Amino acid sequence: MKTTALPPFQLVFDEHAHAVLTFLAGAVGASEAEDCFQETMLSALRAYPRLQDASNLRGWLFTIARRKAIDAHRARARRPAPVADPDPGATVDEHPRIDDGLWDRVRGLPIKQRKAVVLRFAGDRSYPEIAGAMSVSQDSARQSVHEGLKKLRRELQ
Amino acid sequence: MITNAMKDRFVERAQAKRLVDVAVTTMDSPIGTLLLMATPKGLVRIAFESENRDDVLGEVAENLSPRILEAPRRLDPVRRELERYFEGNLRAFEVPLDWSLAGDFARRVLRRTAGIPYGSVASYGDVAMGVGTPHGARAVGNALGSNPIPVVVPCHRVIRTGGAIGGYGGGLARKRWLLALEAG
Repeated sequence: MKTTALPPFQLVFDEHAHAVLTFLAGAVGASEAEDCFQETMLSALRAYPRLQDASNLRGWLFTIARRKAIDAHRARARRPAPVADPDPGATVDEHPRIDDGLWDRVRGLPIKQRKAVVLRFAGDRSYPEIAGAMSVSQDSARQSVHEGLKKLRRELQ
Repeated sequence: MITNAMKDRFVERAQAKRLVDVAVTTMDSPIGTLLLMATPKGLVRIAFESENRDDVLGEVAENLSPRILEAPRRLDPVRRELERYFEGNLRAFEVPLDWSLAGDFARRVLRRTAGIPYGSVASYGDVAMGVGTPHGARAVGNALGSNPIPVVVPCHRVIRTGGAIGGYGGGLARKRWLLALEAG
């Protein structure tokens, strides 16, 4: 049974495309982000009429995006694994430019720092959310973001 | 940033995979912005700007399919015919129509109405007679009022017996404008 009516897909696209693309840029890098984005949206559109619950469309799109990111990583096994599951509830307020150089460096961070930095800045997550997503304490999440940023700053100088 | 090129690529690929059940676009016209919607079968809905766009899209999502995307190119033939019509250079529309949004009775009424020639008018009673319900003028009026494809299905050509203009879903000013256009 459908809990809420499905809005026209165009509205879903307009509302969430930016957040999905931003997440994918962090997960697979800017150069592959658009391909993953297109695959994500096509899969979503294909499955859309059968979706039973329209109450968390962002979460549903992010689930598909994460799978596409994993596929992309498998296709290029030398790349590091995608970041932890984003919490799809929050919105992305900022519109960070996809900066190839910067995201390449983020992907070069140690895994914990990378996850924390991506969740914090691409996903716009709070520290409690990051801690939850990574199954670590808030202090540890804060620490990972801090160290990640310090490392990036050093590299960019 | 989602660029227009990215949106275009998405719509193109979605169409190539036949995933766009309803294409949407808007066009400017002398009677205000028109919202145009088409399925693979044909033109399914035209809405005047007096209708709330989100409501119209929501109704179509619920009644036809939620796979609705802005795909202007798919509506090019419709737009071209409407442009020629508004310039006074087209007397009969030829684009295929999809009647999915009209119920059985409304469909009969609207098909009958589509047969009223450019520049002429018929009364609600004439149309009622034509669909075999001689006392159904009021029901005909209701069916015309919910015409999903106004202008192209010319419900503006149906007026009261005796010449009063009657009603119009898009407002009487639009009905008058269309009748004046066709009167040349």
